Amino acid sequence: MRRKAQKVVASKIARAFVTLVLMVTSVFILMRCAGDPVAVLLGPDATADMRAAYSGELGLDRPILVQYLAYLHNVVRGSLGVSYVYRQDALGVVLSHLPLTLMLTCSALTLAAVTGIAGGIAAAVFPSSFIGRACTIASLVGLCVPSFFLAIVLMLVFSIQLNWLPTGGAESWRSLALPAVTMGAASSAVLARYTRVAVRESLDSQYVLAAFVRGIPFSRILIHHVLPNAAVPILTILGLLIGGAVTGSTVVETVFSWPGIGNLFVTSVGSRDIPVVQAIVLLAGTAMIMTNLAVDLGSTWLDPRSNSSET
Amino acid sequence: MSTIWARDWTWSVFRSPKDGRIPRRLPKIGFYGASIWIVGCLLIAALAQVISPYHPAQISLDARLSPPLLFGGALEHLLGTDELGRDVLARLIYSIQISMLVAAGGTFISTLLGVSLGFLAAELGGLVDDGVMALVDMQAAVPFMITALLVITIFGNSLALFVCLVGLHGWERHARIARGLALTARNRLHVTAARTYNASRVHIYARHILPACAPTIVVGMTLGLTETVLLESTLSFLGLGIQPPMSSLGNMVGFGRDYLMTAWWIALAPGLVIAATAIALMTISESLRQMRPR
Repeated sequence: MRRKAQKVVASKIARAFVTLVLMVTSVFILMRCAGDPVAVLLGPDATADMRAAYSGELGLDRPILVQYLAYLHNVVRGSLGVSYVYRQDALGVVLSHLPLTLMLTCSALTLAAVTGIAGGIAAAVFPSSFIGRACTIASLVGLCVPSFFLAIVLMLVFSIQLNWLPTGGAESWRSLALPAVTMGAASSAVLARYTRVAVRESLDSQYVLAAFVRGIPFSRILIHHVLPNAAVPILTILGLLIGGAVTGSTVVETVFSWPGIGNLFVTSVGSRDIPVVQAIVLLAGTAMIMTNLAVDLGSTWLDPRSNSSET
Repeated sequence: MSTIWARDWTWSVFRSPKDGRIPRRLPKIGFYGASIWIVGCLLIAALAQVISPYHPAQISLDARLSPPLLFGGALEHLLGTDELGRDVLARLIYSIQISMLVAAGGTFISTLLGVSLGFLAAELGGLVDDGVMALVDMQAAVPFMITALLVITIFGNSLALFVCLVGLHGWERHARIARGLALTARNRLHVTAARTYNASRVHIYARHILPACAPTIVVGMTLGLTETVLLESTLSFLGLGIQPPMSSLGNMVGFGRDYLMTAWWIALAPGLVIAATAIALMTISESLRQMRPR
């Protein structure tokens, strides 16, 4: 039994590693498809001699497999080229934007976890009451209203009409409020939806009915019987949201001019700053794969039954 | 007294399959309303050139930033005008056309790609199956926004490329569903019968397996359509999708953002259309899922 569990864990880690290598490889292929990097670096006026010298220097005249291995080596060392715009190490540029994104993501996800899980439980426990229906409808709307539009509406109301909060920047907690609420709303809607389904499923099960028949008070049933069993899907979604922080924050950071990674991502795509984009893609992809792995292992630990469904 | 109340309340948590307290009428009303909205949008998209009051690029400098009719505007411009005096309603109509085109094209491509790969994986098995499933896993592991932005950085932007890019979104879900359904359907009796009559594989898939999978695939398509609408508008909003002079709903909101202080209607009108369309598509998708016979 124990050896089987070890095997499952090992296979999950191996699969995550394969996905990671596949991701790096596809980034490499895409970068090579982009056209001649020498032409991009030197511009149209360069002579043939200059190009040849430069491609020799960059190692572009070597066989493609050698180039690929050199690329892997560089990725592992964290040297991802020099930003065209900032004239600095691309990874350093990205990492300097990381704290603000983490701050925004943490506050947004805390907000989302509290409201989303509470709303989902309410929608599952009182499906036909006003609160339950309001939560269900709110999560549908939150899922469908694109975050850039929600951001604009919030900005119109709280910054322009009421003049309570600033429209952008990252100076004080006041400028954090609107981005965090916007980003939190979308995540909260997703969480509420999955929580509702998971809690509902758990409530409809035989063991909850049995616990109820034994005369256990409902609050205790909810905390000790329903929630632990509904925890796995909820934690999975939460993990995905944490892993997707960079993606989730692109729009919100752009609208509110929050100087984090998401904002950097969009401006770098706009200015074709390929090294920075590549650094963000690799960083975000790795974060996503790692959180996926953590969630996978965590849910195995929380719910050993999920082992048996593994193929 | 209070214990009785508590018991009633607690019992209401459990529901039997026959329980009628969940309103049955509400989803139906929602479904019809949503369908009317979507059909309306499709009609607008099809007839944009006929019903639009102005050309979307027509500039009238003496009617710049005129507000909508109900907010003190003139009858000539029902939804107001933008910073160049272009009619917001006309631009909205043309944007709906472009957005619908991209959303429909993208969803079609992703469904076609996903279903074909799923069927191939199910039929051929072995190495093909493993390869397709590895691709599916990779696509599902990395958020699509990242892939999309990387592709746009490297290959730039044109309408055709953008539709293909949007079409790459969500194929992995269709592939997974189609593979699963095909694996079940190919062992059904009528399929086995067709095989004994020496029917070709293409014939079996087109005539026997595809119809069996179609309802589930259609439900998946409506969900995919919702996501495609949101993806297209988000990328266009960021200025990385549809480029001017063409306008889509997302890029209208994006440009309207600069005039939020003075002319909120430029951004609000297309934003509301996006939200309503996404909600309508989601409602249709949910209703179809509930209607589908098990």
